[in-house]
Amino acid sequence: MKENSAVERLFNGIVKENPTFVLLLGMCPTLAVTTSAINGLGMGLTTMVILTMSNMMISLLRKLIPDSVRMPAYIVIVASFVTIVQFLLEGFIPALYSALGIYIPLIVVNCIILGRAEAYASKNKVIASIFDGIGMGLGFTVGLTAIGIVREILGAGTIFGFTVMPAIYTPITIFILAPGAFFVLAFLIAFQNKFKIGSAKPDAVTGEPACSRTTCINCGNAMCAGHKAAAAENGKEN
Amino acid sequence: MKELIMIAIGAAFVNNVVLSQFMGLCPFLGVSKKIDTAAGMGGAVIFVITIASFVTSIIYHFVLVPVDITYLQTIVFILVIAALVQLVEMFLKKSIPSLYQSLGVYLPLITTNCAVLGVALTNVQNDYGILKSTVAGIATAVGFMVSIVIMAGLREKIEYNDIPESFQGMPIVLVTAGLMSIAFFGFSGLI
Repeated sequence: MKENSAVERLFNGIVKENPTFVLLLGMCPTLAVTTSAINGLGMGLTTMVILTMSNMMISLLRKLIPDSVRMPAYIVIVASFVTIVQFLLEGFIPALYSALGIYIPLIVVNCIILGRAEAYASKNKVIASIFDGIGMGLGFTVGLTAIGIVREILGAGTIFGFTVMPAIYTPITIFILAPGAFFVLAFLIAFQNKFKIGSAKPDAVTGEPACSRTTCINCGNAMCAGHKAAAAENGKEN
Repeated sequence: MKELIMIAIGAAFVNNVVLSQFMGLCPFLGVSKKIDTAAGMGGAVIFVITIASFVTSIIYHFVLVPVDITYLQTIVFILVIAALVQLVEMFLKKSIPSLYQSLGVYLPLITTNCAVLGVALTNVQNDYGILKSTVAGIATAVGFMVSIVIMAGLREKIEYNDIPESFQGMPIVLVTAGLMSIAFFGFSGLI
């Protein structure tokens, strides 16, 4: 597959570098809004729109923004799109707007968006950046919807509001409350680990924990400002 | 006074910022391997959130509301927080080097901690004045510190346990966080 082609970007975002399951980015909305499948889907799509738009804008402006002020510039661009989308949601999909609540403005500080701006959109052409945004956004949507479906089935016995479990099933309400979010994500990652342990040997050989397993703090590929702190800590040791 | 205490307890324990609002999960999961570093991070968060909730609420009430541009709150708040963190970092470096030594590494991490922006926005949503916003900010940050330090203490013990291979690393930490979250449900009767 050709590097940077549209299909490669989409595949990369949805499967290879899935933001939820592989990179473990954007945990805040991932756990907070996935009380039902529809909320997860709505949050995922909202993030996808903002990610695509900001990737496009940052890629267009990548030669104009001086390196020293790039972070504030990215933050302003992302915050502007978030504000626009927030008003569109409030006007056209008020139900989703009230369900997502404060987590819509918090998309500004979602690691995925600034991470992609820093890692991809600031270095690549516009079309590729747009597809990178769509791919990553879809990957995030898939992750959130999957968690939402699991929590909704266990916690309410429904999927997208349709009853799927037999009437004899008593919903385990804790799964749509806060602790359930932690448990479901823990089990999904554990399943994924199980699957990977069988297939990906290189990681096991080196004994190095894969970057994705240690959250964005230790991971240089995201902007979570983790790399700055990591560099500072390394500098101290040297 | 009674109202302020209620706000403080509510923000610190009942609606714990990490365990029930899911804000600030990045540092909660990433910087909770040792109690010392967790306490350092907690200290830095208390410092920044207190100042940030005070400043953002001043800006909201004295700039955004009179000029009638409250719709710009997200953009303004995030810029204020980013600038504030930079400012605090420079100020500490110059004037209180010992405090900078202990908090310095964590300060840049805090800009993208959604708890800071989250507190500022929640204060606006709840119509808190400047005093109430500051109290809510301090209490939220204390709640963050309590949970990250407990988490770090648990993780230091977990290190020695025999954990199933697929649960090693993040999954066991998330399960622990879930159990802590259940424990914090116990506070919900307080208010």
